[in-house]
Amino acid sequence: MGTTASQLGKELLSEYQELTFLTKQEILLAHKRFTELLTKDEKDIPNVRIPMERILTLPELKSNPFRKRICLVFSTSEQKDGSLTFEDFLDLLSAFSDSATLEIKSHYAFRIFDFDDDGTLDFNDLQTLVNCLTGETDETRLTPEEMSQLINNILEESDIDKDGTVNLSEFQHVISRSPDFVSSFKIVL
Amino acid sequence: MTTVFITLLCIPSFVGASVCVTYTMWSIAPSASCGPFRQLKTMIQAGKRWVEELERVNPNLSVLARAHSYLVEHPFSCLSEPASFSSKRERLVNNLQNLSVGDRERMLRGMPLSLGVKSELRQEASQQERQTQSTRQIPCCSRLKYYIIIAARHGWYSWLSFLHSLQLWQVALKRVSGRFGTGVLSYFIFLKTLLFFNLFLFLVTGAFLVLPQVVHPPDPPPKNLLFTGLELLSGAGYFTDTVMYYGYYCNYTLHSTCKDHEAYIISTANETRLECPSKLSYNMPLAYFFTIGASFFITCIILVMSKSFGQSFRIDKSHSILAMKVFCSWDFKVSKKTSVELMSENICTQIKELLAEVNHKMKKKKALEVLWRATVHGLAWAICIASTVGCAFGIYFFSEYMHKNLERESRSITKEKPIVVEASMLALPVVVSVINLLVPGLFNAAAWMEDYDSPSFRTYVAISRNLMLKMSVLGVLCYHWLGRVAKSPELIGLQCWETFVGQEFYRFLIIDFIFTLLDTLFGEFLWRLGVLFTPILPAVQIIKLFLLFYIKKGSVMMNCQAPRKPYRVSQMTTVFITLLCIPSFVGASVCVTYTMWSIAPSASCGPFRQLKTMIQAGKRWVEELERVNPNLRHLSNNHLLPQSVVDGQRKIINLLQEQIQNEGDDKKWLITRLQSIHEQRRTPARKLTRLKLLMEQLLLWKNWTSSSLEVTRNKPGD
Repeated sequence: MGTTASQLGKELLSEYQELTFLTKQEILLAHKRFTELLTKDEKDIPNVRIPMERILTLPELKSNPFRKRICLVFSTSEQKDGSLTFEDFLDLLSAFSDSATLEIKSHYAFRIFDFDDDGTLDFNDLQTLVNCLTGETDETRLTPEEMSQLINNILEESDIDKDGTVNLSEFQHVISRSPDFVSSFKIVL
Repeated sequence: MTTVFITLLCIPSFVGASVCVTYTMWSIAPSASCGPFRQLKTMIQAGKRWVEELERVNPNLSVLARAHSYLVEHPFSCLSEPASFSSKRERLVNNLQNLSVGDRERMLRGMPLSLGVKSELRQEASQQERQTQSTRQIPCCSRLKYYIIIAARHGWYSWLSFLHSLQLWQVALKRVSGRFGTGVLSYFIFLKTLLFFNLFLFLVTGAFLVLPQVVHPPDPPPKNLLFTGLELLSGAGYFTDTVMYYGYYCNYTLHSTCKDHEAYIISTANETRLECPSKLSYNMPLAYFFTIGASFFITCIILVMSKSFGQSFRIDKSHSILAMKVFCSWDFKVSKKTSVELMSENICTQIKELLAEVNHKMKKKKALEVLWRATVHGLAWAICIASTVGCAFGIYFFSEYMHKNLERESRSITKEKPIVVEASMLALPVVVSVINLLVPGLFNAAAWMEDYDSPSFRTYVAISRNLMLKMSVLGVLCYHWLGRVAKSPELIGLQCWETFVGQEFYRFLIIDFIFTLLDTLFGEFLWRLGVLFTPILPAVQIIKLFLLFYIKKGSVMMNCQAPRKPYRVSQMTTVFITLLCIPSFVGASVCVTYTMWSIAPSASCGPFRQLKTMIQAGKRWVEELERVNPNLRHLSNNHLLPQSVVDGQRKIINLLQEQIQNEGDDKKWLITRLQSIHEQRRTPARKLTRLKLLMEQLLLWKNWTSSSLEVTRNKPGD
């Protein structure tokens, strides 16, 4: 399946519509924004891959503290360098779209928060997550005592099998109780 | 004639009937001794049992439901474990093959795989299907059927993409959400929803009421007054005898004009008359009655079934507040750097507060402090209620004064200039709008004095106080219009009280827009009640909402910072829709029902002149139908109540909540049991003990499954 950078074929468009949660307009807009990021030479290459630094210049991702993790999660490159093809980009937008299901969103949220990619959220993952949430400045960081207390409380609340980590099912169990998650886990171009 | 009636019959009665049937099948227990569903808890169990039977016969079908959850657990197991890769992948492709095209697409969409992998799976599944299908010849008639189905699907998808392409205000909404987050965005989305709502209902009233009347103006042509600028504000003068108001509409059946050469002469014993071969006639009073009724009914259905209403109220007040705060509180829509920093700061503060709360669990409040806070709250509420009652009385007496003025004016011999009279009619709307503007400021001052802990609670209290004020003001106004003006219109020299009341609505809507931009709810109520008297009112409301969006957006962008204490978004949309539904819709329907049922229409204007009540138009038509077809008599005895829809849904929600809670508890218990058994297993034990443990485990599973089945079976019957 190839994507020429200039035009999106009709068949491809309908295939993307059927396999993702995006509407036709959203796919076309995504294509337009993606091609804007390409240099002149890259425009002719099929299945071109844009490096992570350029993706991160998009205004929707620029200030997001999870931007690097988002690129790494949705990237299908073998070097795991966070570079995205157009289809990876569509996957990203589909997971963050309005009509995506809770299962998809919670699955990808779990992978985004799993900073060491081991399939579970352990103490270090949770610590990095909280630091991302509270920001870079010193005033907003939690003290080490507060941090360990917070993470212990989180593990107590959500770790059902008591193995010291939060796995996908436990994560989804917590998420399913919160009605805010679906509306806040959205990015629209 | 028949087309129009069938359409008007279909929408209310079909929708209502299907809702009732669904409720019956889902919730009501069938009789135990008769009928095809005897001995079942609900009728829908018949279907469920059949599905279970199918799954038993063909285990692949049950795998389908679990296939996607399997992939969720092990997202890349298909691709990263080469030994079992092909078998798992083959199984998945097989399962996909067994589904219909639509289900296959839905399942593929819901899988957390990359687009390339999904596309390959789809190709493999459809290839294998083609191979099995090529062995049998598709007969040409089913091929035709497939083509038709494919064409219909293409048509449906293109209609959906057309609807999506009308992305009203997309850029503006994005800017607001990027800067302020999803909470503030919910207000603007609410405005957009209201706009589309109004548009839809305007199309309904426009197509069924305004258009026929415009095409066939009433027989005695109305006298045309001169157009002065004041009409735009007061709605009277030039606008009085136009499609804008109730009085213009005819009370007879409209016939299409037919050309002379098409007409033929019918001579009967008594008379000869011209008959047109194409009998396009339109019964205006009936159309008026049904259109208003249908628009209310459709509004009710849409509000009850709306998604935001369903996703509403949080189920349990959470044991996992910290985990939810950490996992769910980041708003990915915010893109402006300063807003992101603000959000981080907020989250940090909230986490620290929650931690402090968790640590000092029982904060013992001193009795004196509790008493002091109770006194402050009581005082604030007393102020608010007193000011509301004062305003209601003020409006009551002021409207009485205006009414007496009009009476005096109609009786006096020397008449004032009509333009002065019209301008004085604007006094009541101005007074009401001033009250709506100033009194909420007083409520805010009271709330500041009270000093609430959580901002969302403060918002709800403010909303409820405002609502109380608006509802009491509207109640007094309704009494003034329906109780005073409608009862004796000749006292103020009116021939057509409905047109007068319609003009009042128009004035209120315009002045309300000019004065208070926050009062969308007030406007909504006015519009809903006013549509009975002024069918074109939705158009005015549409223009108003359109302008309101841009004005509000400008004000928000220029004046506001991102909120310091963030709002919980899910509740906001629910609260907005609830406020729309309960007071404004229910209140408006009560008033319209009262008007149609009890108040006598004017004798010389409007589509219901010469009837005792508006509802007689409908009754006469039903009697006409019964005369023609006696079988229809028993149909008219069934009254469809939308209340049953709401009750049914509430019951379903309660049952599902209980079920979810039970399942969660069961899961936890089971996992702890398994854990303890595993721990026992780790210690060296004799084979016999191990066997005993395994037997115990099996027994536990059996007990658990049978007890949960028992529970779910017993529940629907309660």
